[in-house]
Amino acid sequence: MNHGTLIFVGVFLTFSSAWLGLVFFPYQQLGSITPQVDEVTGAVNPAPYSGVELVGRKVYIDEGCHYCHSQQVRGGYWNADLKRGWGPRRTVPLDYVNDNPALLGTMRTGPDLINIGARQPSDEWHYLHLYNPQITSEASIMPPYSFLFERRPIQGDPSPDALPLKGKWAPEPGFEIVPNDRGRALVAYLKSLDRTFDVQK
Amino acid sequence: MPTASAANSESLPAESPVTRPSQKGVATQRQTIDASCRQPVLAFFASSIIWLLAGSLFGLLASLKMHYPGLLADYHWLTFGRVRPVHLNLVAYGWGAMAAVGTMMWLMCRLSRTRLRYPALPVISCLVWNVGVLVGTVELLIGHSNGIEWLEFPTYAALIIFLAFGLVVVWTAITFGERKEPHVYVSQWYIMGAIFWFPWLYATTNILLMAIPINGMSEAPITGVTQASVNWWYGHNALGVWFTPIGLATIYYLLPKVLGRPIHSYYLSILGFWTFALFYNWAGAHHLISGPIPAWLVTVSAVASMMMIIPVSTVAINHHMTMRGFFDVLRFSPTLRFVTAGAMCYTLVSIQGSLMSLRSINEPTHFTHYTIAHAHLGLYAFFTMVMFGAVYYIVPRLTGREWGSSNLIRVHFWGTFLGVMMMFVVLTIGGLIQGFELNQATESWHELVDDQGLWEGTRRFCFGYEDSQTGEIVGGFQQQSGAVPFMTVMKGTIMWLKLRSVSGVLMLAGHVAFGILFFLNLTGLGLSRRRRGPALFKEDQQRYAELISGTQPETQDLP
Repeated sequence: MNHGTLIFVGVFLTFSSAWLGLVFFPYQQLGSITPQVDEVTGAVNPAPYSGVELVGRKVYIDEGCHYCHSQQVRGGYWNADLKRGWGPRRTVPLDYVNDNPALLGTMRTGPDLINIGARQPSDEWHYLHLYNPQITSEASIMPPYSFLFERRPIQGDPSPDALPLKGKWAPEPGFEIVPNDRGRALVAYLKSLDRTFDVQK
Repeated sequence: MPTASAANSESLPAESPVTRPSQKGVATQRQTIDASCRQPVLAFFASSIIWLLAGSLFGLLASLKMHYPGLLADYHWLTFGRVRPVHLNLVAYGWGAMAAVGTMMWLMCRLSRTRLRYPALPVISCLVWNVGVLVGTVELLIGHSNGIEWLEFPTYAALIIFLAFGLVVVWTAITFGERKEPHVYVSQWYIMGAIFWFPWLYATTNILLMAIPINGMSEAPITGVTQASVNWWYGHNALGVWFTPIGLATIYYLLPKVLGRPIHSYYLSILGFWTFALFYNWAGAHHLISGPIPAWLVTVSAVASMMMIIPVSTVAINHHMTMRGFFDVLRFSPTLRFVTAGAMCYTLVSIQGSLMSLRSINEPTHFTHYTIAHAHLGLYAFFTMVMFGAVYYIVPRLTGREWGSSNLIRVHFWGTFLGVMMMFVVLTIGGLIQGFELNQATESWHELVDDQGLWEGTRRFCFGYEDSQTGEIVGGFQQQSGAVPFMTVMKGTIMWLKLRSVSGVLMLAGHVAFGILFFLNLTGLGLSRRRRGPALFKEDQQRYAELISGTQPETQDLP
């Protein structure tokens, strides 16, 4: 093989074929999906993210939540995701039409989160869990995200959104822990993660 | 046939005795070429080694954080979710890619028998590249990530790296165009493939997935699951069309070079190259098996992944047959030992990768530490080990100084080799248990082993046991199981994660030894005594020369 041209043409053709197959055709097939509108209720599924949810999504990305949490309910032969209660059905391309980037994830150090909003609708649980995961799950190896919260002196009455921390987690008397803007946005995003709607054929 | 020291008595020490008296001009030519490469190649190597040290520190920190979640957790810039992508991007774009560029430029000049033109420009490219990696890392640490694995760097940092890389690509292509050697060697095919494929890949994925950030959110031309397909087309191909071809090009050069004998079969290498070019590109979508993408996409990728067995076997046979009868040399030559370890791991990781594209194997192992073990076997045990070998071979020819200490090379080799093997073993076992428990197992492996002992516990874990009253088989693997609670699965991984941190310390120790050796060689500190031959594990130059001088005179010497 002593011809530079032969090598060049060969590597061009082989790579173009894969580009067509793995980039262009999937785009043709999936690029035109739009959210489905429920004919009876008029609900749009999946619902578009609100502004604060999008900010929360950015927090999710910047703090790298997707390195330990997937966002997909798999089917397949062993098919255990449904039994774990991670969702009522496997996820489909429609579920991700609003997602940019799609955070399918590659690792399950922690549980799947695509339906965490449906599984865990409590604000308080999410805040306590983010402040220190060991408050809600004793053996958790998720890192604490104290930097999504603010420790401040109580002025007048305690804030309504101060965390109900007890025992060793409580701040010193006269202080309270409240979520900051990023913390609030993240919880808003987590609660929006709900792909339990029925997919219409 | 003259030995290494005789042929190069006036010049640099060489490990290979391929220079024959009839080719005296060749030695001079090589010195001219090496001198022209000196600055850019050393600049790329020095940068890559600094990034390697930084990247492995971040890797170790990320590993420790997995079992000490409270460690440094109050510093938002050191939270796990930022440290982990910093580790990956530093070792991929800082260490791996820069070491590959240094090696590639030098190989291309040597194999084309032509000097590097205007070496100052690639040096500038190296500086620009470092700026790109640095700002990308800082952006990740202060919390600006793209959220796309392997492409976390912000678009502008990726653009800086792309420009630097583009310049190197043009320079390598120009060098190839001005070649004086009529024969185009197999290493050059792989390099030409890599420098064409990777810029295309890097540019298209960055444009398709990121485009221009608007209001802090990226507005990409494609969204949703198509992104995932493109993402893994990239993630898999970054290894497939960049790191792997450069690694193979290096092995194809260094094995025959150190041994002083030609590669076993030219035709096998042609077959290997074209099947590699055809199939590897297609393999990416097997990262999404059973996920929310069309089944045909996964199927074509699984087929392509299985077909990879052809190029992998040809390369394995070719390298093994070249080495046959010369395994004794491994006791002497550091370059050969690193490169051979890397070449063997290439076969191992590729066969494992092909099998991992099968749905039955992928389903339990995906989303577990098993995949992390596989990734390190590829990018570290194969690619990084080969790059270590290349640095040991190339640098003395550029600086004119041999390596300062065989003991430090020994620390480097055994630290990194045992480290990565230990990491592979513990994460593979831990990952398999984790995957089985997440999917098909009905009971926890750790609890069964505590009760029943290792053998009986594992047997019951996989196959179940006979109920003494009903006589039915209970337990074992079952479809739609998901019976082991998630927290139990997670707790089971911690022991393996702690062992992984130990392996990380071993590898870091190896890297520190490597860094010291490189620094001493570059500065010439403490190296007043000029060695008579190359630095060897066993200081027995005569025996080493005997071992590799039994080879037949070659029909074609490598430049």
